Amino acid sequence: MERYSRHIILSEVGPEGQERISRSKVLVIGAGGLGCPVLQYLAAAGIGTLGIIDFDVVERSNLQRQVLFGTSSLGMNKAVAARERLTDLNPTINIEAYPERLTTNNALNLFEAYDIIVDGSDNFATRYLVNDAAILCSKPVVYGAIYKFEGQVSVFNYDDGPSYRCLFPTPPAAGSVANCSEVGVLGVLPGIIGSMQANEVLKIVLGLGSVLSGKILCYNAKSSETISLSLGKNSEAYQKVLQGRSQFEGRNYEATCDMVINEITAEEAIRIKEVQFIDVRDAHELPRIQIDGCVQIPLDQLDGQLEQLDSQQTLVLFCQSGIRSRKGVQLLEQHGINSYSLLGGAKSLKQQLKMESECDSAKK
Amino acid sequence: MKLNIKYFGLLAEVTKCDEEVVEFTETTLSALLEQLFAKYPSLKEKDFQVAQNNTIVSGDAEIMESEIALLPPFSGG
Repeated sequence: MERYSRHIILSEVGPEGQERISRSKVLVIGAGGLGCPVLQYLAAAGIGTLGIIDFDVVERSNLQRQVLFGTSSLGMNKAVAARERLTDLNPTINIEAYPERLTTNNALNLFEAYDIIVDGSDNFATRYLVNDAAILCSKPVVYGAIYKFEGQVSVFNYDDGPSYRCLFPTPPAAGSVANCSEVGVLGVLPGIIGSMQANEVLKIVLGLGSVLSGKILCYNAKSSETISLSLGKNSEAYQKVLQGRSQFEGRNYEATCDMVINEITAEEAIRIKEVQFIDVRDAHELPRIQIDGCVQIPLDQLDGQLEQLDSQQTLVLFCQSGIRSRKGVQLLEQHGINSYSLLGGAKSLKQQLKMESECDSAKK
Repeated sequence: MKLNIKYFGLLAEVTKCDEEVVEFTETTLSALLEQLFAKYPSLKEKDFQVAQNNTIVSGDAEIMESEIALLPPFSGG
């Protein structure tokens, strides 16, 4: 017990608290920028069973922030390399490495075997998968996410508190939010955010202080400011996930988050014979488009007005620039409806229609 | 009234500032968003939630407090 003496002398932990830590089981999703500090502190703290799932291998560009790895780990699977390092750090705990991708097929079984899930993933598909699987298994999720110099931390699905979907009900349009590999990240930032996640895990295990549930903490590394925003539970979002239990394994999270969206140019779109255009902009937005059979359903109402869509026709969604329409295509995909997003939006459609009518009158 | 609006993550790249004071004469969240979209058209294409006085608000909340924050989702890890 010498290993944990600095814990045990804390009256808030003591031998009983340390015993609790050693009986707990924590699964960490992703051994990357966030996963590394989380794993390092939880292994050092003596968490009895630590699970690590990551399909990726260590690359040189990871070493700037993924502090469990060294040059000797290059090319190794991250879960396996992390286990190797952590076994040296604390050989008294049980460490399970899962060198595979988290999917709808393995998530529920894996989550059932653990008490707490830590989300250190780096994409929206996995984040929504983690959220939904955790709701279905009634496990708390210690969430962390980063962007350049800023981080977010929260504990979701804890003690009847809100979930990730209560904050962000649906994934953003594919490609609209970049990840670290695309935009860069200050190396120390995941160290700070990951350490905060490890702290929340220990608070949950020890019943210490107040868990960051019903709140999202936002940290800015440039200003060193933190701000904590409160959020309520969206029971509807919860119920939707619970009701979808039987379809969970068949759901394609990557398709709804990082999917390749069917896009079409205005020139191609107006040549389709059986086509229904759906203007997903708000009613007041200009330019107005006058084209036969065009229906106007603002994006935020699309979900509730599916009956307006003509499934016999090719559906082409457009907005101002082609971003909201991508989101609309994703949304329809979730309802099993195939559609296209118009490249360049209303402006390019208007131009194309003008060119066509000029051509027509020239022919006459 | 004067609103102090904070922009997080990539929203600050759209607005080119982390924070600004905005004069607001309407009363609802949707009116505030319209005003911000008019000022920053590409903000409309972004996903975010709005907090008023450090509490996330939804639907068409009434704007009664001067501290507003726009929070986008982050995916990085």
